[in-house]
Amino acid sequence: MPQISIKDYLFESHLFFVRAVIAVIIVFIALSIIIARMVNLQVTSHDHYRTLSQDNRVKTEPLPPTRGLIHDSNGNLLAQNLPAFSLEMIPEKVKDIEATLSEIGKIIPISEHDRQRFMRLKKQRRRFDSIPIRVRLNEKEVALFAINQHRFPGVDSKAILLRDYPQGEAAAHAIGYVGRINQHETERIDLSEYSGTRHIGKNGVEKSYESALHGRVGVQQVEVNAKGRVLRVLESKPPTPGHNLRLFLNMELQKEALAGLEGFNGAVVAIDPKTGGILVLASKPGFDANLFVDGISSKEYSALRDSLDKPLFNRALRGQYPPGSTIKPFIGLAGLEHNVVKLAQEIPCFGFYQLPGQEHKYRDWKKRGHGQVSMKKAMVESCDVYYYSLARALGIDRIGPFLGKFGFGEPTGIDITGELGGLLPSRAWKRENRNEPWYPGETLILGIGQGYLLTTPLQLASATATLAMRGRHIVPRIVKSIEPANSQNGYIPTPPVSTQIPIEKMEDWDAMAEAMVQVVEGLHGTARQIRSKEYRIAGKTGTAQVFTIAQEEEYDEENVEKRMRDHALFIAYAPVEDPQIAIAVIVENGGHGGSVAAPIAKRIMDRYLLGDKK
Amino acid sequence: MIPASSPINELRRSDPGRQQGVLSGLHLDLPLLTALILLCSVGLMVLYSAGGQDIALIKRQLIRLGIAFSVMLVIAQIPPIHLRRWSPWLFGIGLMMLVAVLIMGEVGKGAQRWLNLGFFRFQPSEMMKLAVPMMVAWYLAEARLPPDKKRIAITAFFILLPTLMIAKQPDLGTALLVASAGIFALFLAGIRWRLIFGFAALLAALGPAIWYLMRPYQQQRVLTLLDPESDPLGAGYHIIQSKIAIGSGGLYGKGWLNGTQSHLEFLPESSTDFIFAVLAEEFGLVGIILLLAIYLLIILRGLYIATQAQDTFCRLLAGAITLVFFVYLFVNTGMVTGLLPVVGVPLPLVSYGGTSLVTIMAGFGILMAIHTHRKLLPT
Repeated sequence: MPQISIKDYLFESHLFFVRAVIAVIIVFIALSIIIARMVNLQVTSHDHYRTLSQDNRVKTEPLPPTRGLIHDSNGNLLAQNLPAFSLEMIPEKVKDIEATLSEIGKIIPISEHDRQRFMRLKKQRRRFDSIPIRVRLNEKEVALFAINQHRFPGVDSKAILLRDYPQGEAAAHAIGYVGRINQHETERIDLSEYSGTRHIGKNGVEKSYESALHGRVGVQQVEVNAKGRVLRVLESKPPTPGHNLRLFLNMELQKEALAGLEGFNGAVVAIDPKTGGILVLASKPGFDANLFVDGISSKEYSALRDSLDKPLFNRALRGQYPPGSTIKPFIGLAGLEHNVVKLAQEIPCFGFYQLPGQEHKYRDWKKRGHGQVSMKKAMVESCDVYYYSLARALGIDRIGPFLGKFGFGEPTGIDITGELGGLLPSRAWKRENRNEPWYPGETLILGIGQGYLLTTPLQLASATATLAMRGRHIVPRIVKSIEPANSQNGYIPTPPVSTQIPIEKMEDWDAMAEAMVQVVEGLHGTARQIRSKEYRIAGKTGTAQVFTIAQEEEYDEENVEKRMRDHALFIAYAPVEDPQIAIAVIVENGGHGGSVAAPIAKRIMDRYLLGDKK
Repeated sequence: MIPASSPINELRRSDPGRQQGVLSGLHLDLPLLTALILLCSVGLMVLYSAGGQDIALIKRQLIRLGIAFSVMLVIAQIPPIHLRRWSPWLFGIGLMMLVAVLIMGEVGKGAQRWLNLGFFRFQPSEMMKLAVPMMVAWYLAEARLPPDKKRIAITAFFILLPTLMIAKQPDLGTALLVASAGIFALFLAGIRWRLIFGFAALLAALGPAIWYLMRPYQQQRVLTLLDPESDPLGAGYHIIQSKIAIGSGGLYGKGWLNGTQSHLEFLPESSTDFIFAVLAEEFGLVGIILLLAIYLLIILRGLYIATQAQDTFCRLLAGAITLVFFVYLFVNTGMVTGLLPVVGVPLPLVSYGGTSLVTIMAGFGILMAIHTHRKLLPT
């Protein structure tokens, strides 16, 4: 403690005294303000407030808007609102919550899950908020409670609208679902707008179009009696219902895709190349979005979360796979554009490729080789050696930026949140992430879509659509139009964003299209089994290795465990002359692209281009 | 060392506030204790009406009051010299616990405030209401008053750090109280007026700059905070109902248990943050003035104790604790009457709830300790 002289002590004591006196003055002024305010409220305006209080039985209540519906392109309902009864409690009005709950439980079954949810919500909400005990009461339960209601002050049954997804699993990944507003979300939303609303979009279209779907809250002034029962409505500003959405999504095609994937996990994305509209966005296995609306039970949730098939995982947007040979048309185009290869130029294929001075053999899928190979033949038979050589000639510094123009390595910008961007490797990327230089061998395997390169099914479909449109790239979208309720005039959410990929010789596009047609129609085409008499398909098969085979070892399909089997891929568009649909199919552990993935694309194209004729 | 014949001891001998007997043996201050008991009794009476005449509610509140008064009694036994020694430690522990809350605190009622210590849940921000003024008083008492600029800057840091951490939970009400505790200690330490006005001017100038940095929805929040009636479904609902309750009370009120606003469930949180409106409705302006008189009595006694304290630490601490109590009162009444934005601050010692009760009474325990452990002769 510092030495304090008497002079200092007296000075400090005096200084404090002066300040304390000032504090007292401030206290008096502040209290005078409060008293003045009280006089103003209780004396001057007393009559006004007395009148209000006598008739006050006036309560202001929010009128929640009805959430917009979601339709597919044919008008099928994807998301609707169904009336339901819920049993709710206002904790502030209930003396013994535990006892009340167990008493109610004698009349209406309350599961452990219901109880847990109630307790969790009770913690989060304010004491005067109404908190659901049970949802989806049946008529008998509603009647039973009505008879017994007098025993439970503070508990009431309410008619509500619950979100329902009639398509169940089929569109869960695209539509997403709504769920109860959580703590995190309350910080982002306008609480008044949501004062009567319990649910908010959590995923998919439900989330990204939340502001359009939600609508505007209404307010009503109601007169209530002493027990809080509404006697009459005094004044009301009705809510504005949320806008309906019409999607590009076509449920018929979506169901074709899921049926095609039967027995496998995988994803299918189909795009209308002219509009960028998403026709199919399927990820298998799916899940029932209806489970999430009232808060999924932890048992059901952990079953979904822990399943090895990962049903909650949106493979179409977030699955990142090596594209395998489906990358070859793009690498081929890069070769033509950069003039490192001529169309007719042939190179020999002996079944493997070696970098000068290295022992390592980069193998072709065909052990004995393809003989003399031109670009077209390399596409049709999917010769790997040709593309090793082409990739080496191009080099990573030219391949990367060229693939980047087709949208690889970056999210496509689709109007659904949560999309991943895949991975387009570069020297800089490798230096930064692996702290290693880029090795020439890595360029080679990039040429056949292996190695670090990763793409999402959506990216592949979008790139295929760009290929189909001769370089015109349109950002994919799932919502076709937003239609305000009671109005015929829908509007387009965001104008389509399109860019043109510049390529020197337009005939390169045609050459690539012809090569892809031969993949399907050629005698040795890897997708020959799906050729069609009615229209011409341009396609490319792919097989993506899940695990690496050691040198000189055979890949024996029979002996490889199912989860270690290769992924089967297929990209295609049709009709070639006037592209109307571009598709990317990925069948996890499906084996060969030609035999497993291509037929799924064919089913969808047949259905879309030929309708029910078949 | 101060000689026995110094004028200070003359001052002390003439101190009329010193009691003899049992109470001084227990280190209690009779005027303060009387006023506190009176206030708590009034509070229980209003709570009985606001809580819908629920005797179980009153019992729970009585238990809390019992705990709070025991805490006060225990703290009153501690000589202030120990409090002073503990100040930096208490502050440090409090800060660490605030960090822990931000990292792994439990969420309750929309904010992350609680720390689960296994056997009971603890709200470190409450502790900071005392730890901050203790720290500031300790630090400022290390040197001569008024503090120089460097000392003021460091003190400001001691205040700002916990305040921001509590505001982030988010708990604006407590952040405000913690900050004001520190600021009052600075004010009482004789910080120059130039600095006070300069700082106020700086805040006023920073306002618009922060405004333009905010996102539109954040701006909306602030607007609603400033003008709650523009949002009749959200924050404005409380204020509208509360004003009707107060205004309809009139000069003499509707009588005990006869308030309609609070009983017909128009007034939310009527037994906690908005209990002032219930009192105003049932006891009218007369009742309010009497209530405010009790509060004033406590505040004046607290400031008197502060001026009579024997060293700078005790003076600053006693003054700050008393003035924070006043801020409780002013913010709550201002909020309920629609003068101030709605921040969750209870009416001290009257609102239902236990956490702030214990802190407030602990503060009064410190006041009593400061007043009753004074020494007649310096050793």
